[in-house]
Amino acid sequence: MSNHDYQPKSKLGKWFNDRLPLLTLSNHLQEYPTPKNLNYWWTFGGILTFCLITQIVTGVILGMHYIAHADLAFESVEHIMRDVNYGWLIRYVHANGASMFFLAVYIHIFRALYYGSYKSPREVIWIIGMIIYFLMMATAFMGYVLPWGQMSFWGATVITNLFSAVPFIGESITNWLWGGYAVDNPTLTRFFSLHYLLPFLILGLVILHIWALHVPGNNNPIGIEIKKPSNDTVPFHPYIVIKDLFALILFLIVFAFFVFYSPNILGHADNYIEANPMVTPAHIVPEWYLLPFYAILRSVPDKLFGVIAMFASIFVLVILPWLDTSKVRSAIFRPIYKQFYWFLVADVIILGYMGAMPAEGTYLIIARVATVYYFLHFLVILPVLGSKEKTLDVPLSITEPVLGGYPNQAKTKDKLNIKESL
Amino acid sequence: MSESDKKKPNRRDFILTATTAAGAVGVGAAAWPLIDQMNPDASVKALASTEVDISGVEPGQSITVLWRGKPVFIKRRTKEEIDSARSVDLKDLKHPEKDEDRAKDPEWLVMLGVCTHLGCVPLTDKGDYNAWFCPCHGSHYDTSGRIRKGPAPTNLEVPKYVFINSKTIKIG
Repeated sequence: MSNHDYQPKSKLGKWFNDRLPLLTLSNHLQEYPTPKNLNYWWTFGGILTFCLITQIVTGVILGMHYIAHADLAFESVEHIMRDVNYGWLIRYVHANGASMFFLAVYIHIFRALYYGSYKSPREVIWIIGMIIYFLMMATAFMGYVLPWGQMSFWGATVITNLFSAVPFIGESITNWLWGGYAVDNPTLTRFFSLHYLLPFLILGLVILHIWALHVPGNNNPIGIEIKKPSNDTVPFHPYIVIKDLFALILFLIVFAFFVFYSPNILGHADNYIEANPMVTPAHIVPEWYLLPFYAILRSVPDKLFGVIAMFASIFVLVILPWLDTSKVRSAIFRPIYKQFYWFLVADVIILGYMGAMPAEGTYLIIARVATVYYFLHFLVILPVLGSKEKTLDVPLSITEPVLGGYPNQAKTKDKLNIKESL
Repeated sequence: MSESDKKKPNRRDFILTATTAAGAVGVGAAAWPLIDQMNPDASVKALASTEVDISGVEPGQSITVLWRGKPVFIKRRTKEEIDSARSVDLKDLKHPEKDEDRAKDPEWLVMLGVCTHLGCVPLTDKGDYNAWFCPCHGSHYDTSGRIRKGPAPTNLEVPKYVFINSKTIKIG
C-alpha cells in the first residue's frame, strides 16, 4: 500500500485533509504501486470506467427528452433523432456505448480468466465484478426496452416470461413484474425508473471493486505476488495513467467508427417498427452481448431447466475462485490450462453465434454440445487440472527472468529458504 | 452467576426478542406497499372483460382480439379440424386435455394467443399440425391449441368466456 503518512504541503490543504482526507486518497491513487509488466489487456479497467461515465452522461441527457409512455416513447425517440440538437449523436453514442461497454467487459473478464486474477486473495474483487456484470446485463436489457420498438416489446416479453418458469408462483411473479397481464405501459415506466437507477448502483460497486483491488494490488501477467513498492512496481501516475489513456484513444477510434459509420449495425431493423402486442417478429434475437446465454437457454428442451441452466451459467463464474484449484495463477505457466482457455473462448463465441441462429436442426445440436462443454470446463476440467496439471516454474520476481538478479532481497530469501527446506 | 442463571432466559432476553420481532413485523408492514404497488393496478384490473362480435367469422377463419393486453385467438374450426382434434389419443399429448373440455362449442375455439413457453404470439395455420406454430422457439400446437412439439410446457390457455348470444362472445 502507498504512503499513509502523506501530509499536504499547503496550510489550507493540511487543514482540509485533517477534516476529510481526500488529498490522502488522491495521493494514494497517484502513488499506488503497480506491477511494471502490466500489458495492454490491463487497460480495460480504465476503459470500462470511461464507458460507465459516458453511459451515465448521455443517459441523463436522453432522459431529458425521452417520454416513458407506451403511446409516446417510440415517437419521443424519433424526436430525439430528428429534432433535438445533436440528439442523433447522443443517442447513437448511448446505444453503441452499451455495446462498447460489453465489448470491454468481455475482454476484461477473459483477461482475468487467462491470468488467474480471480484467485486468492482477489476473490472479492472478482465477485463484485460479477455482480457488476449481472447488473450491466439487467440495465442493458431494460434500456433496450425503452424505445418501445418491436424488438423492445418482444424481447421484454420473452425475458420477463423466464420468471413464469418458477413453479406455482411463476404467474404471480410475471404479473407483478409487468404491473398487468402482459408487457404494457406500467412495465415501460418501471423499466425506465430502474434503468435510470441501476447505473448508479453499478458506479457504487465499481468504487468497491477498485477499493477491493487496492488492498492486495493488481495481479500481473506472470501472476506472482510481488513486493510493493519495489523494483517490480511503478507508481500509477504517470506510468499507468498514460498507458491507459493511450489505450483509451485506440478504443475510442473503434467506438467512433461504430457511432459515425455504422450506428445501427449492432441493432435490429425490427426495432424501428413500433411495438405491436398482436404480432411477434419472425425471429426474436437479443443484443449480441447476451447471445451466449440465450443459446444456453434455448438448448435445453425444458422451460424451467432452460432458465436454471442460463442462470447457472453466470453462477459458475461467481464461484470460479473455488472451482479452479490450481495454485499457479497465470496461464503462461499452465500449458494445459492455456489450451482449455482457448477452447472456452471458442466455445463462448460458438454459443453466441448459435444464439443468433434459429433454434433448430444442426444449430440446436451444436448449441447443445457447446452448452455441455461450457459447464464441463468450469465444473470438471478446472478442478481436475488443479490437481493433475504439471505447471512450469514460476519466476521469483518480475525482474528475475530479465536481469537474472533478485531485486527483492527479503522476499527472494524467504522463497529460497522455502525451496531449500523442501 | 451460577450455572442455572446462565441457561434461564432473563427479562433482558425477553425484551430483546420482543423488540426484534416487533421491528421485523414493522419493517415487513412498511415494505409491503412498496412491493405491492408493482402489482396490476385498479385501472388495469378494470379492463378485465371484453365483448367480441363474431358474426363475420367464416368457418376456417380465425380472428385475433386484444384482451387485457394479450391477444386472444377466436377460431371457427372446420369439420376436419374438429375431427383431427378429437381423434387424438390423449396418451400422445404432453399436456393431456380433451378437445371437448377446451371448446365448449366444437366449432369455436377461444384461447390466449400467447405461447406458454416465453410469451410470443404463435402464427395461425402454420407448423406440423397446420394449426399454430410459435416462431420464437419452435413450439407446434394442434387444432385444439394443444402443445405437440417444442419447448412449451402446456397447451395454449383457454380464458373464461361465455356466448352472450349467437353473435357475441364475452371474454373474461
